[in-house]
Amino acid sequence: MGVEMLGYIERPSPVHRLTGTTKLIGFLLWTTATMFTYDTRVLLLLGLASIGLFLVSRIRFREVRFVLVFTALFVLINAFAVYLFEPEQGVVIYGTRHVLWEGIGRFTLTAEQLFYLFNLILKYSVIVPVAVLFLVTTHPTEFASSLNRIGVPYKVAFAVSLALRYIPDVQQDFRTIADAQEARGVTVTHGPLLKRAKHSLNILLPLLFTSLERIETVSNAMDLRGFGAERKRTWYNQRPMTRADYLAIGLVLLLTIFSFSVTFYDGSRFYNPF
Amino acid sequence: MTIQFNRFSFTYRSQSEPTLRDINLTIEEGERVLIVGPSGSGKSTLAQCINGLIPFSYPGTWEGDVLINGIDARTLSLFDRSALIGTVLQDPDTQFIGLSVGEDIAFALENKQIARPEMHDTVERVARLTDVAHLLTHRLNDLSGGQRQRAALGGVLVEDANILLFDEPLANLDPLAGSEAMALLDRLQRETKRTLVVVEHRIEDVLSVPFDRMIVVVDGEIVADGHPDDVLSDGSLTRAFLREPLYLSAARWADISIRPDDKPSQPEAFLDRFERQPIVSRLTTQTLPVPSEASPSLELDHVSFRYQTDETVLEEVSMRCEIGTLTTLVGQNGAGKSTLAKVLSGYQRVTSGQIRLNGTDVTKQSIAERATRIGFVLQNPNHMISKQTVREEVRYGMQALALDADEEERRLEETLRRCGLYPFRNWPIQALSFGQKKRVTIASILVRQPDVLILDEPTAGQDYRHYSEMMDFLERLKQDGMTLLIITHDMHLVLEYSDQVCLLQAGRIRYAGEPFALFAQESLLRHAHLKQTSLFTVAQHLDIEVQPFLHSVIQAERKERSQWE
Repeated sequence: MGVEMLGYIERPSPVHRLTGTTKLIGFLLWTTATMFTYDTRVLLLLGLASIGLFLVSRIRFREVRFVLVFTALFVLINAFAVYLFEPEQGVVIYGTRHVLWEGIGRFTLTAEQLFYLFNLILKYSVIVPVAVLFLVTTHPTEFASSLNRIGVPYKVAFAVSLALRYIPDVQQDFRTIADAQEARGVTVTHGPLLKRAKHSLNILLPLLFTSLERIETVSNAMDLRGFGAERKRTWYNQRPMTRADYLAIGLVLLLTIFSFSVTFYDGSRFYNPF
Repeated sequence: MTIQFNRFSFTYRSQSEPTLRDINLTIEEGERVLIVGPSGSGKSTLAQCINGLIPFSYPGTWEGDVLINGIDARTLSLFDRSALIGTVLQDPDTQFIGLSVGEDIAFALENKQIARPEMHDTVERVARLTDVAHLLTHRLNDLSGGQRQRAALGGVLVEDANILLFDEPLANLDPLAGSEAMALLDRLQRETKRTLVVVEHRIEDVLSVPFDRMIVVVDGEIVADGHPDDVLSDGSLTRAFLREPLYLSAARWADISIRPDDKPSQPEAFLDRFERQPIVSRLTTQTLPVPSEASPSLELDHVSFRYQTDETVLEEVSMRCEIGTLTTLVGQNGAGKSTLAKVLSGYQRVTSGQIRLNGTDVTKQSIAERATRIGFVLQNPNHMISKQTVREEVRYGMQALALDADEEERRLEETLRRCGLYPFRNWPIQALSFGQKKRVTIASILVRQPDVLILDEPTAGQDYRHYSEMMDFLERLKQDGMTLLIITHDMHLVLEYSDQVCLLQAGRIRYAGEPFALFAQESLLRHAHLKQTSLFTVAQHLDIEVQPFLHSVIQAERKERSQWE
């Protein structure tokens, strides 16, 4: 109990009402659009749209805070690493050099580099919330049926959805096990890093055994109810596509075409304000 | 549809000895068969040979024949068999595949490529049959134990399988949900005339509905096979260290012979065998120990708890446990019992209220501080075990206590001996039985020498023998001055072992006090999904006082157990 990460969150919202297939196609288009572009204007537009989606979905920030903060941290580290390796990458891309601070040795600070890193961060800030939103608004089995509908074999699709379905359970096991360790004075939440890493091993073993136990039972239950006997299967949760679905796909498609045309209009994936 | 075992033996690939030996058994179409046996007797293996998990998921050496409708079972794939035999596995919580009730019921239909409209119709029809039609869109995690059991049953019924197979259907149910589950099985079997095979060791609860046959499995062999009335009269249950229905223990205590004609499988019919006068003359009065100057060990003062946003799980809970007593905590699934245990042991922080230990306020202590004084043994031993061998695991419990090596060694040996684990001290834990693993987790807490020990269902899923060993062990701890708090669904355990019982319902304490007095309040029991045991029925029938009667029967049972090797 308590806060679960990345499990399906039930809400009465237009985003939830869309079929899994729509959300999957939308998510894939959205990601491709963002992957290709470094155009600030496009990214800002997509960013605003993703915030809009979040509001419409009625998912509260608090419910996914952990994942978002966690990935934000990674994005920042990533941006910092990019700077360390190529402090003048921005200058190469934009072709001008506005020095803000000469810095130490090769570590200069230019407006171009800052702008480039800003775009990089922006890019992730557009993808990650949409990915999280996709995960928490798509019912795991509906996700499986959508994967299956777009051509993924159903056994693979089902495996993916089972993994998603068990995320909350495994999290809960993890918490119980970590508490049981802490009750014996073995903590993983504070103390020196090396010690914590060593203690984490004591959680992994019980977690492994409980998970194996789960897997054994569920795979037996699936076998006993005829899973995998036929080459195809039907889906209880698959819903027919409605007008809202076609509309949503259409909108995302338009957005994608728009972002591609803006991005490639002047032959560069970068918007150059300099 | 018949199931036939001919001179059948089976040895798991990982084992050297056969788990089933020379089984000869025929189950006819439409029969209701109850298979009982102690843990590790092979009764579940027998069930797996019927549903096909053996040999398809658990390979091994197969000798003799298993015929299903005359066809060699080995030639029928798991999928062929799933259409013939519907199985409900032991633990409904982990066998669900779908997230919602409807989706899980539909699973078998999806695999058969039934079109969606037809599938929805079938699911609805079956859901009405098992009384979960109003829950189709609910998440399985949000249901009560009884509802989950009914949903699991629905998932099996959609296939129209001719044989229904249940592996310990009552394992995780509270007493009332258990009898409701049995009543549902009874009704379904009557209506559909399917073959019903139930594997269970809670014999009294499962016999609340009639069976045609009862089979006793011991050490991989069938030692009794006959009408329940015959099997209950011939003593095979006691020889197999199984718990017979309590009213039969009472009969044996009263020297009433149990004959098949007396219908011992039907409590109402058998009641007539009891006569008031001879029983009254046998009653031993229990000399209740005078409560000595009671000193409270654990006290809760208006403790409330809620998860971050959810509704309150515990509401103004106040209770006290005295030093050297055993308190049982009872109530429906989801009443807040496990949460209370977690709050007490510091796994969760109280929202308001105070917890005192030996008079000191410990509410604000961290889990690590609290745990040195209050030990909590989780229900699933796999959640606690993190080392490879028994010795390492028990020693691991002490590592944060910074004891010197001699003291550590001394405590280790003492605890291992006390828990009966000394012979196994170098064993890999994964090679131990469930009950032994449970004992290892208790040892790993005991070695820290806490003042209070909290156990979440220490006897769940254990047969009579292991149950008694566990409880007698806990009773010895109590006599040595340990304060114990035990969560349980077992009403007889409450009556036999506890000094105090606390009834929790929807997060509130509804009763706290002497166990007998709780069982006198029938409406309270019903609301809390609890039941009187059959010994109460006998006492009421004879119009005698319950307490001395129960005490006498319990003493007789204990005497009998003391003769077990």
